[in-house]
Amino acid sequence: MHKVLEKQGNKVLLLGNEAIVRGALESGVGFASTYPGTPSSEIGITFAEIAKDAGIYFEYSTNEKVALEAAAGAALSGVKSMCFFKHFGLNVACESVFPSAYTGVKAGMVIVVADDPACHSSGQSEEDTRPFARVAHLPMLEPSNAQECVDFVKLAYKLSDKFKIPFFIRTTTRVSHMRSIVKLGKIVKGKTKGKFIKDIVYKNFPPYIMKTHEELHKKLDELREVSKKININFFVNKNIKSKLGIIVTGISFDYVMDAMNDLKIKVPVLKIGFTYPLPDKLIKNFIKRFKQVLVVEELEPIVENHIKILAKEVNPKLKVLGKGYFPYAGEYNEEMLVNALSKTTGKKYEFDLIAHKKKYLKIKEPKRLPVLCAGCPHRATFYAAKVATKGMDVVYGGDVGCYVLGLFKPYETQDFMFSMGASEGLGHGIKKTTNQKVIAFLGDSTFFHAGMPGLVNIVYNKSNPLVIVMDNRITAMTGHQPNPGMGLTAMGEKTKEIEIDAIAKAMGVEDVRVIDPRNINLMIKTIKELLEKDKASVIVAKRECELLAMRKKRKQGIKVVKFEIDPKLCRKCGTCLHELACPAIYEEHGVFKINKNICTGCAVCVQICPNKAIKPVKK
Amino acid sequence: MKEFNVIVTGVGGQGAMTLGMIIAESALKQGYDVRTTELHGLAQRGGSIPLHIRFGEKLYTPLVLEGEANLIIALEPLEALRTTYFGSKKHKTVFLIDNYKLLPITVSVLGEKYPAMENIINHIKPFAGEIIILNASDIVIKETGSDITSNIFILGYAAGNELIPLKEKFILKAIEEIVPQKYVELNKKIFELGIKHK
Repeated sequence: MHKVLEKQGNKVLLLGNEAIVRGALESGVGFASTYPGTPSSEIGITFAEIAKDAGIYFEYSTNEKVALEAAAGAALSGVKSMCFFKHFGLNVACESVFPSAYTGVKAGMVIVVADDPACHSSGQSEEDTRPFARVAHLPMLEPSNAQECVDFVKLAYKLSDKFKIPFFIRTTTRVSHMRSIVKLGKIVKGKTKGKFIKDIVYKNFPPYIMKTHEELHKKLDELREVSKKININFFVNKNIKSKLGIIVTGISFDYVMDAMNDLKIKVPVLKIGFTYPLPDKLIKNFIKRFKQVLVVEELEPIVENHIKILAKEVNPKLKVLGKGYFPYAGEYNEEMLVNALSKTTGKKYEFDLIAHKKKYLKIKEPKRLPVLCAGCPHRATFYAAKVATKGMDVVYGGDVGCYVLGLFKPYETQDFMFSMGASEGLGHGIKKTTNQKVIAFLGDSTFFHAGMPGLVNIVYNKSNPLVIVMDNRITAMTGHQPNPGMGLTAMGEKTKEIEIDAIAKAMGVEDVRVIDPRNINLMIKTIKELLEKDKASVIVAKRECELLAMRKKRKQGIKVVKFEIDPKLCRKCGTCLHELACPAIYEEHGVFKINKNICTGCAVCVQICPNKAIKPVKK
Repeated sequence: MKEFNVIVTGVGGQGAMTLGMIIAESALKQGYDVRTTELHGLAQRGGSIPLHIRFGEKLYTPLVLEGEANLIIALEPLEALRTTYFGSKKHKTVFLIDNYKLLPITVSVLGEKYPAMENIINHIKPFAGEIIILNASDIVIKETGSDITSNIFILGYAAGNELIPLKEKFILKAIEEIVPQKYVELNKKIFELGIKHK
């Protein structure tokens, strides 16, 4: 049994993301939807594992906007719903998030958004999603550990149900991926069927919409009152005499607590869990007595700026410290808090972190970049594209998926990366305004998510970047979630397998080729040929993710034929090692070798070796 | 014991995550407060995987502060070097390193040098109470034909030599819960092998 289904009263170690699922189960959730994106991915992975046992519905939707709409549909029909994604997912969902605030909901709806300060698993930007709460007029709570993930989700459902408005839960990577102890409460069996009762509010049409807008602000005023009293905003060392106070949100609370411990000091702290609307009265009361307040929040100075406004009213001389003591970019940590508190209180930390740093910064070691796995079909596609375009002036359009690793040497096939599906959109713009050739690389899941409008645009507006859909038959990067191209749903049911080549043809692309990228020579030949065409063309490079394929083979007991390099035939030309760059291939004492523990037997190296030196391992 | 800080590190796919989860679960069973942090997603594809596991009376941040690690388990020597700064003389940090080199692409393809083992040790020395080099992967490959259980062997060694304040019975219970059913017996056997290793 999955830990999130264990019985009431048990104390278990849960990942923040798992705790969010437990919180939803204890609130009677009946419907959940997402598009996978790390650091939110394990919420979906957990729902997929337990949905059937818990008797609820869960789906991977084609993108975050669709996921949000699905969850809103459920909530309007009286079924409690949860929708979740990473920070960029909210950007995609946004257009439907805003009207959901106006319509409100019939049953509780929670939108979880997982930010990623320091971009541990995100390209694109280091976005802070908290300002969305304000512009969308939706309340937001911010838990900072697994127990709070459960408690805050439950509170969000309670308030969402009461105020008939969707609630945001915002986490950051360190909360999503923290394991800490949770005391389990009671699971409430969620309703999965309701009824859509028609209501003028749902029509979101003027002039009625101005009325709902006004009512929305009334709701927010009421929520401000709730925010002021609720126990998810709390004090530590409240009555200690001090010139300095600390106001902190999210995971930084932990850094504050440990840093005070390191410095052996006690400073009054207000920890804010209700991020929007902020508890103004509570803050005003707290800041009245201090000379300085240190505001500790990662990324944007949202609370800090708000406190500056409040201070004008109640304590105009108050110094509000925040950015400047802390950086705008990257995440915070205990060391930053030790330094900031040391500066503001004059207390010194007994361990000399600066001397320590000086010592270790002298050590230089080679970086370990993440790499495409051995046998990864994307490697074959990139290799073929590089060979096919040798000496040509080509722009390689990048996109979001494992293939983003093509940005590193030796492939360098991701010249730009914006967002899901942007390889086509930007590729089109570049093609229209330059004389360069353009290849747009995007994955299968990305194609379904946001690649289709871009392809229609290419055909409609008569442009011709070569689009290569790297169809590895799954959403790989975020942890192997099924997608519309696989014929499988999140709950493990068979469904219609949607074919990318058929879609491309229906969109008016006349030349669509489906090729196994491991057929290297055919790939090279086709890319060369299609790059010369003046009409749009698409290659669907179709081959299952090797991790998945190997897992299936192991399960079925299928033996894999691996390869080795014959040192008598090898001339050390470097084609396999330096151009294909498979992690199984290495050089030891001047001899090229294949690590049998890593080799998956894909045989791409066998095809490209000009000396035919790579042979099956003899038993 | 107020707190005990462990860093587990390795290359994506080596089982660092599983090892970290077993340590955390054992600590919970032994009655400690536990906090861990880990990274998921793209970084796992052959990248560096440092995990932080903290247990003790009452904990806040899941991340270990520089210099505050009591034990660093590295499933790969270069990864040990990368986490050096968590160690210190102050805490007499024990570095437990599997002598099992996995070349990063920067070395195998881009021509950088993988540091010699004695250089790695020399770099770590100023940050360590003790450095222990094991041939865990070689031993388990000999025993099982695969390197996949090296993480459990090292945990066995750490438990057997009292490098980690966790009781054997709790670790075994955690292994039973976390390792897939059909590999439990094998992992228990390798754990015992680690305990006995001198």
